Amino acid sequence: MTITLADLAAAVIMAALTAYALFGGADFGGGVWDLLASGPRRDAQRALIAEAIQPIWEANHVWLILVIVLLFTCFPSAFAALAVTLHIPLALMLIGIVLRGSAFTFRAYAGAGEATDRRWGRTFAIASLVTPLLLGVCVGAIAAGRVGVRVGGGFLARFVAPWLTPFAVAVGCFALALFAFLAAVYLTLEAKDGALREDFRRRALGGAAAVFVTAAGVLLLAHGAAPRVRAGLTTAPWALALHAATGIAAVTAIVALWTRRFGAARIAAAAQVALILAGWALAQYPYLMPPQYAIGASAAPQRTLALVLGALAAGTILLAPSLIYLFRIFKAHGPTAGAGQRDA
Amino acid sequence: MTNLLAARAQMAVSLAFHIVFAVAGIGMPLLMVVAERRWRTTGDPVHLELAKRWAKGTAILFAVGAVSGTVLSFELGLLWPRFMEVAGPVIGMPFSLEGFAFFTEAIFLGIYLYGWERISARAHLLAGLAVAASGAASGVFVVIANAWMNAPAGFRLVDGRPIEVDPLAAMLNPAAFSQVLHMTIAAYAATGFAVAGIHAAMLLRDRASAFHRRALGVALVVAVPAALLQPISGDISARFVARWQPAKLAAMEAQFATEAGAPLRVGGWPDAAHRRTRFALEIPRGLSLLAFHDSRATVAGLEAFAEDEWPAVRVVHPAFQVMVGIGTYLALAALWVVWTAARRRDLAASRGLLRTLVIGGPLGFVAVEAGWVVTEVGRQPWLIYGVLRTSEAVTPMPGLVVTFSAFTLLYCFLGAVVGWLLYRLVISTRRGAPAAGPSGVEAR
Ligand code: HDD
Ligand code: HEM
Ligand code: HEM
Repeated sequence: MTITLADLAAAVIMAALTAYALFGGADFGGGVWDLLASGPRRDAQRALIAEAIQPIWEANHVWLILVIVLLFTCFPSAFAALAVTLHIPLALMLIGIVLRGSAFTFRAYAGAGEATDRRWGRTFAIASLVTPLLLGVCVGAIAAGRVGVRVGGGFLARFVAPWLTPFAVAVGCFALALFAFLAAVYLTLEAKDGALREDFRRRALGGAAAVFVTAAGVLLLAHGAAPRVRAGLTTAPWALALHAATGIAAVTAIVALWTRRFGAARIAAAAQVALILAGWALAQYPYLMPPQYAIGASAAPQRTLALVLGALAAGTILLAPSLIYLFRIFKAHGPTAGAGQRDA
Repeated sequence: MTNLLAARAQMAVSLAFHIVFAVAGIGMPLLMVVAERRWRTTGDPVHLELAKRWAKGTAILFAVGAVSGTVLSFELGLLWPRFMEVAGPVIGMPFSLEGFAFFTEAIFLGIYLYGWERISARAHLLAGLAVAASGAASGVFVVIANAWMNAPAGFRLVDGRPIEVDPLAAMLNPAAFSQVLHMTIAAYAATGFAVAGIHAAMLLRDRASAFHRRALGVALVVAVPAALLQPISGDISARFVARWQPAKLAAMEAQFATEAGAPLRVGGWPDAAHRRTRFALEIPRGLSLLAFHDSRATVAGLEAFAEDEWPAVRVVHPAFQVMVGIGTYLALAALWVVWTAARRRDLAASRGLLRTLVIGGPLGFVAVEAGWVVTEVGRQPWLIYGVLRTSEAVTPMPGLVVTFSAFTLLYCFLGAVVGWLLYRLVISTRRGAPAAGPSGVEAR
């Protein structure tokens, strides 16, 4: 088997999607915990979430844009089909994205009194809940092979039935659980105060349980709904190794949380999410979107692929140091690093 | 409302909304950097305060720009899937490059806004410069993509599929230079005049305020050169259109007949049914002179084209007049500023000048919107000029009027909130009270 430029482009898109899940996804998860903030330290929880997200969410958000532009540049017909079949969930997701980002910023900068702040806060939190759900639904519809398939019938059959399925909704819940889990794990490291850290440790453990339950639901439903992905995940030669690795990462994350080794928990949780996405991608290979859009057949001309991949490589060399610099400034958790400084 | 019309309207609303934030995203970082640099060289703390206040406004604008831009990236496919099928492999390249510019911009904006205490003063200024440069770069890339829609290059369409695709040739399309130049200057002119207008209004109430004097000074440093260059750049654009998109030129000038030594029309009401333009002030041979730099040149009128290829003259012509009128106004205002400064007079001493600047405040943005209406509506009925019609590209998804209404309402609401927040920011400055920072942290 040789790796083609198209394979490479698909792998890059998958990597960008994974980065979006690990960084942008966690920002959405933060919004979920804002919604679920409770107990005596409710306000402190919300403040911590805001402080953690504020300087980085816009950079994290760009991963999604990268996924979209690479998709329409490298796999234009697949993108067109995606945009037609999933018009409704994507449009709703966009509304979620708009409300999440702007409400978050408005709350941070309005300073217009408690009541207004709370209203923006709630908008931010609800949008953070709905958007990952819809993202997962779209992924579910793709995995189930429902995108770009010519179906007869009317509006419902063409534009609703492909994504409003129990399987796709289960994938939506799974995505939501994963993002919330990631966010809680990351927040244990952000917290400066022991009690607050414990709050998020408990939430991370709860999130892990939710991930487990929703994952089981997805696998169960995949049997009927997404046979190709399910077959890939159970019978392919790499399947066992992948399951083992994912399982180890999941267990490590829980053990590390249990024993309060938060640095290790962060790495394990991120690895777990990345492996899950890799599993999905491998199970679908050689399809970008089964059953119509194989990676090779739906790719853009070679010259486009070569140029875009070249530009990506060059851009990465420029970009990586900046990104590391950003995270070094705001996420270096030394004992004194910038406790609570937030000045614009 | 037909589906096609709803799709066009939704695209127009989304872009018209986004462009406001995009323009501010290009212009504001430059203003902040100029102010911060003046603080570093003069040690005048007012300039530092200025940079911080502007940074707050920019943070709000940037967030809304980012989310509305995301909507657009999806909408290209959601509304025009067939367009993206053709255009993706050809002109996706600048969009991908734009992605890197966004990354750089978002990264360094985060550092700029929240890093005042965490990095050295020098690194902070450099971060600001990186934001300004990458903001301009994102504008350049996306306008290159739009220029390609006006002057498609780098592919051939055979059986509905692009072949012989050359993304570099597509990026170097003939419209790219003039459009990029004009748009980039427009961004600085519009932002500069908007900021100058706000602070001029404050100075009219309180002539002594050091804060507003400095602010006006910095804003004009950006606004004045841009406004003086814009008519020159506009002339380059117009001559491009004359050569490459004659139907658009005819619509811009409401020129129905093909004639040698065509007049330049100021104002007027195009009457497509009778193929003439009423009530216009006509400057003999003016159009031939401006469009081809030859007073006897022949200008093709709309009658030279099939009627189903006419752009909407009643939209394009007035929009063009508005832009050029504003361009003239801003250039004259800039000259007044130069004249006053050259005589070493106090800019804030002249009520007349301040009032002129206040009126100029919103006009730059109006010109940007009008200019885009000229470009986009003037391209109709084509989406990719001469290659793909807008009506062929629209999505089969029915009921677009619903999404169009939803996004329009959403944008009206967001626009109102942003306006209100910025107003509060400005008002708090006037009262001398510290403006609210993130989560109400007070400005230092
Ligand atoms: C501050 C804003 C501003 C100002 C003062 C002007 N323009 Fe402009 N113009 C724009 C902002 C703009 C724009 C919004 O940026 C456009 C839309 C697309 C583009 O590339 O630039 C544009 C487009 C545009 C086009 C169409 C290009 C095309 O369709 O490819 C022409 C012919 C002109 N302009 C000409 C002028 C002239 C002769 C001006 C004289 C004073 C002028 N503009 C002032
Ligand atoms: C941000 C500034 C812009 C504004 C205000 C703007 C405005 C408009 C307007 C008014 C229309 C509707 C035209 C009509 O249907 O009569 C339109 C359509 C469209 N624009 Fe733009 N435009 C902008 C920039 C761009 C850019 C940079 C691109 C692409 C790279 C673009 C792509 C499109 C597309 C695909 C359509 C729909 C198809 C069509 O009507 O031709 N626009 N825009
Ligand atoms: C079809 C047209 C367009 C698309 C698809 C588009 C896409 C986007 C996207 C995805 C973002 C968000 C980046 C982030 O998260 O930081 C963005 C922001 C931005 N866009 Fe656009 N854009 C379009 C038109 C334009 C035009 C015409 C300009 C200017 C000339 C422009 C300039 C910018 C700038 C400067 C930003 C930075 C964010 C800000 O400062 O508000 N865009 N755009």
